[in-house]
Amino acid sequence: MSAPVVLGAPAAAAATRQPTRRNAELGLLVLVWLVGSLGMLLASEGAAAEVVPQVWTVIGAAGAILLGMHIAVRILAPYADPIMLPTAAALNLLGIAMIARLDIAAALRAAANDKEPPAFDAIDQVLWLGVGVLAAVVVLVVVRDHRNLRRYTYLWGLLGLVLLLLPMVPGLGLTIRGANLWIQVGPFTFQPAELAKVVLTIFFASYLVQTRESLALVRHRVLGLGVPRGRDLGPILVVWAIALLIMAAQTDLGTAVMIFGLFVGMLYVATGRRSWIVLGVLLTVLGGLLAYSLFGHVQVRVKVWLDPFSFATDQGYQIVQAMYGFASGGIMGSGWGRGYPQLVPFAENDFIFAALGEELGLVGAFAVVVLFAILIQRALRTAQASRDPFGALLVTGYAIILGLQVFVVFGGVTKLIPHTGLTTPFMSAGGSSLLANWIILGLLLRVSDHVRRPDPVIVRPDDATTEVVARA
Amino acid sequence: MSRSLNRLALGLLVLMVALLVQLTRLQVLRADELNAMPGNQRTLLIEYSRERGPILVDRAPIAESIETDDTLKYLRRYPDGAPYASATGFYSLVFGATGLEKAENAVLSGEDPRLFVDRMQQLIAGRQTQGGAVTTTLDAAAQQAAWQGIRGKTGSVVAIEPATGRILAQVQSPSFDPNKLSSHDSKAINEYYDALDADPDKPLLNRPIAKTNPPGSTFKVVTAAAALESGRFTPDSVLPGPATYTLPGTNVELPNWTGTECGPDGRVTLAEALAISCNTAFAWLGNELGADALRDQAEKFGFEEAFETPQKVATSRFPEDPDEAQTAMAAIGQFDVRATTLQMAMVVAAVGNGGVTMRPGIVEQTSAPDLSPLETFEPSQFADALTPEHAAELTEMMVGVVSNGTGSSARIPGVAVAGKTGTAQTSDDRPSIAWFVAFAPAVNPEVAVAVAVEDAGTNEVSGNQLAGPIARDVMEAVLGG
Repeated sequence: MSAPVVLGAPAAAAATRQPTRRNAELGLLVLVWLVGSLGMLLASEGAAAEVVPQVWTVIGAAGAILLGMHIAVRILAPYADPIMLPTAAALNLLGIAMIARLDIAAALRAAANDKEPPAFDAIDQVLWLGVGVLAAVVVLVVVRDHRNLRRYTYLWGLLGLVLLLLPMVPGLGLTIRGANLWIQVGPFTFQPAELAKVVLTIFFASYLVQTRESLALVRHRVLGLGVPRGRDLGPILVVWAIALLIMAAQTDLGTAVMIFGLFVGMLYVATGRRSWIVLGVLLTVLGGLLAYSLFGHVQVRVKVWLDPFSFATDQGYQIVQAMYGFASGGIMGSGWGRGYPQLVPFAENDFIFAALGEELGLVGAFAVVVLFAILIQRALRTAQASRDPFGALLVTGYAIILGLQVFVVFGGVTKLIPHTGLTTPFMSAGGSSLLANWIILGLLLRVSDHVRRPDPVIVRPDDATTEVVARA
Repeated sequence: MSRSLNRLALGLLVLMVALLVQLTRLQVLRADELNAMPGNQRTLLIEYSRERGPILVDRAPIAESIETDDTLKYLRRYPDGAPYASATGFYSLVFGATGLEKAENAVLSGEDPRLFVDRMQQLIAGRQTQGGAVTTTLDAAAQQAAWQGIRGKTGSVVAIEPATGRILAQVQSPSFDPNKLSSHDSKAINEYYDALDADPDKPLLNRPIAKTNPPGSTFKVVTAAAALESGRFTPDSVLPGPATYTLPGTNVELPNWTGTECGPDGRVTLAEALAISCNTAFAWLGNELGADALRDQAEKFGFEEAFETPQKVATSRFPEDPDEAQTAMAAIGQFDVRATTLQMAMVVAAVGNGGVTMRPGIVEQTSAPDLSPLETFEPSQFADALTPEHAAELTEMMVGVVSNGTGSSARIPGVAVAGKTGTAQTSDDRPSIAWFVAFAPAVNPEVAVAVAVEDAGTNEVSGNQLAGPIARDVMEAVLGG
C-alpha cells in the first residue's frame, strides 16, 4: 500500500532532514523524574513526617530504569516520537508515588496495631517497571520493522484467544474478588487478558489490512448509511460472541467492553464505514441488555451505580468512599500524603485515580487525564502520518485501547458509568498490566520511529532526476 | 483512513472531556454536598487532623488541642473542665459540638473565610492547617467565685460588665466534664453521655442561657422601672399594701410572703415596697400600669429577643395577653413570665448603666493562628430601658433592698450594693427557685450579677440566704481584681 514518494532535488532532501528529538525526550524524562520523585518525597513527608528509606530506593531505581530506556531508544529507535516515553513515564511515576504513599499509610496502621509492616508494594512496582521497560527494549530489538508482525496474522489471533480464555482452564484460573481474570503458575499470578489485548490488536490490524477492501463493500443504503454485506458480518459477530463469553465465564465486564470496542473502532478506521459503528453500538446495547438480564453481578453493578449511597456500607462502599475522596480533594487537593486515600479499599489498583484526585485535587486529576490524552494523540498522529496501513491500524488500535480503558476505569471510579474492574494503564499496582502497557509503548515507539525516519535517498550523480527508493 | 482517524480522535476526545466534566462535578459542584454527607468519616478525620485553635480566658486556655499518636491526630482538652463547660461546650466525635466550640467553629477550625490567606500560606509551606483562637470576656476570678458558690447546688450564675455587656461569669451546676465527651473513645463518650442524659438534674442543660425560669420577685425591678417610666410614680409614691390582694375577677387571695401588711395601715412607698418585696403593692401596681406597659418595659431590657453571645440564648418571655389577675401575677414575676439567668443579669446591668441595655457578648477577640486579631468585642447598645434619672432613682431603691431590706446577705463592706431578692414557684409540688440579682458599686458599676438556685426552700428568705452570698462573692471577685 506504501506508494513511493518522489522528492525533489537532493538539496531539498537534505533540508527536510528529520531531527531525532532525542534530547527533548531526555529533558522531558528528567523533568518527569524530578516531579515524580518530589511527589514521592512529599508523600512520605506528609504521611509519615519523614522520608522513609524505601522511597530513596524507588527514586534511584526508577531513574536508572528510565535512563536505560532512553539510551535504548537512542540506539534502537532514534527517530521515535519524543513525547510518548516521557508521558508514559510520568503516569508510571505518579502511580508509583501513590502506591508508595499508600504503603506508608499501611505501614503506619500496622505499627499502630503492633503488627508487622506489610510489604512495600512500590518496590515491587518499580521492579515491574524494570521488567516492562526491558520488554519494551526487547520489542524494539526483535521487531526491527513492525510490518514483519504481519507474517503471523492467525498465530496472533490464536494466541490472543488462548490468553483470553486461559483463566477458564480448571486448575490454572484463579478467582480474586469475584472475577476470575487471573492465572496462577507457581508463586506468580498473572492477568493474561492484559497481554491478550496487545496480541489481539496485532491480529486485528493485520486481519483488517487484508480484508478491509471487502468489508468496505456496500450492497444497500439505509438512511444514508451503507449496509455491509451479510457474509461480511461474520468477524464482528465472532468478536461479539467472545466478548459475551468473557463476561459470562469470567464476570469481567471491562475486558469484554474493551475487546469489542477495540475491534469496532479499528473496523471503522480501516473501512471508513460509519455503519460499523452503528452496528457496534447496537450489538453493545444488545449485549448489555443480555448481560443485565442474565448475570446477577451486572445487575448489582448497575444498581450500585444508580444509587451508591443506598449501598454505602456494602457493595457501594468503595465507590462512595472514592466519591468522598474526590470531594474532599476539591480543586487543589489535600496535598501529597495529607489526605485519606487509604479509606478506599484497593486504592492502589482500580481506584488509584480516586487516591490521586483526593491528594492532588481537580488540578492533578485533570493533569492525569490530559497525560493520557497526550499519549493517545501522539499515537493517532503517528497513525495519521504512517504510510503503511498496518502500522497505522496497529497504533490506532493501541490508542483505542488506552482511550477505552481510561474511560471505563476513570468513568467507573467517578461514577460516570457503572464500575467495571480494569486496571489503569501505567498506574495501577500490578505486573501484568505494566508489562502489557510497556510492550504497547515499545510498539508505538517502533512505528513512530518508522514514520519519522527519513527515507534513504539515493542520488545518481549522472542523472538529472532523483529516484527515491523505499526502505526495505 | 485519514477522515475516519480524525473522527475516531474526536470520539476519544469526547470521552476524555466527559471524564473532565464528571471530575468537575465531583470535586467542585457537588463537593460541599458530599463532604457534608452523614457517614463521611473523611470530613471528621480532616477536622481532627488540624490543630484546632484554643479558647482563652485572659491568656490561659480553657480549651486547647494537643497532639496524639492515634488515628485522630489532635485531642481536645479542657484544663479546667466543668467550671467552664457552660461557655466552652464540648467537641465530640459522636455528639458534635456545643457552646463556643460550636458557635465559633469557623474560627477555631480555621475554615473561616477571613483565615483563607493563612490557610493558603500553611498549605504552600506544607504545614498542617491551624485554627484561630477565641478569647472570651470571662473573668477568671469571677468565674471561680461563681463556680465555688453554685457547685453542689442546682442552678446558674451570670455576671455582666454593665457598661459594655461583656459576660464576666457564666456557670451552670450541675456541670459536666467536657474532656470526657471530647475523647477519641466513642464507647466511653457514649457511656458518659448516657449517664449525663439520664441524670434528673440535667447536667448537659446550659442553665445560664438556655433555661428560662419564672423570675419571681426579681421581676419587681422591671415593674418598678415601668412605674417610674410611666411618669405617674416616684420612689416616694404611696401604694396600697394590704396583707392580701384579691386577684381581679377571682376569689383568689394573693398574700404577702410575710403574711402581714406591708406598712402601717397597709400603705407603703414604692421604694419601701421594693425593699421588703411587697407582693400586694406590686400586684396592684401591675394592674395600674397595665400588661402592655409591663411588656414594653420588659422588652427594653431584652425580653422577647433571641440574643447570640454568639452562643444561642433562649428567649425570655412576658405573657402575651394576660387578664387582670394574670397581669397582677406577672408583675411579681409569676404566671407565665420566664427569664434566663443572663436576662435577669441584663435587667440589673441596664439599671446600673444609666438605663441603657447592652447586648451581651462572651467573645473578647477572635484571632488568626499568628495571633493577629480578626474581630474584637465592640459594646453595642440594645435599647434605652430607663432615663438616666429614673435609673438613678431605681438604683437608690435597690441599694435600699440590700442596706435595709430583704437583700442583706449581699452587703460588701465599703461598697454600695444594689440588689433584689426573689423566690419563684415553678409549680405547687416543686420547691421554688431562689434568685438574687445585684450590681456594684451602685454608681458606675463594674459588675452586675444574677444567681438562680433551683430546688431551694419555699419562702422569700431563701433568695437572700442561698443566692445572695454567691452574688456577693462574684461581685467581690470582680471588684477585688
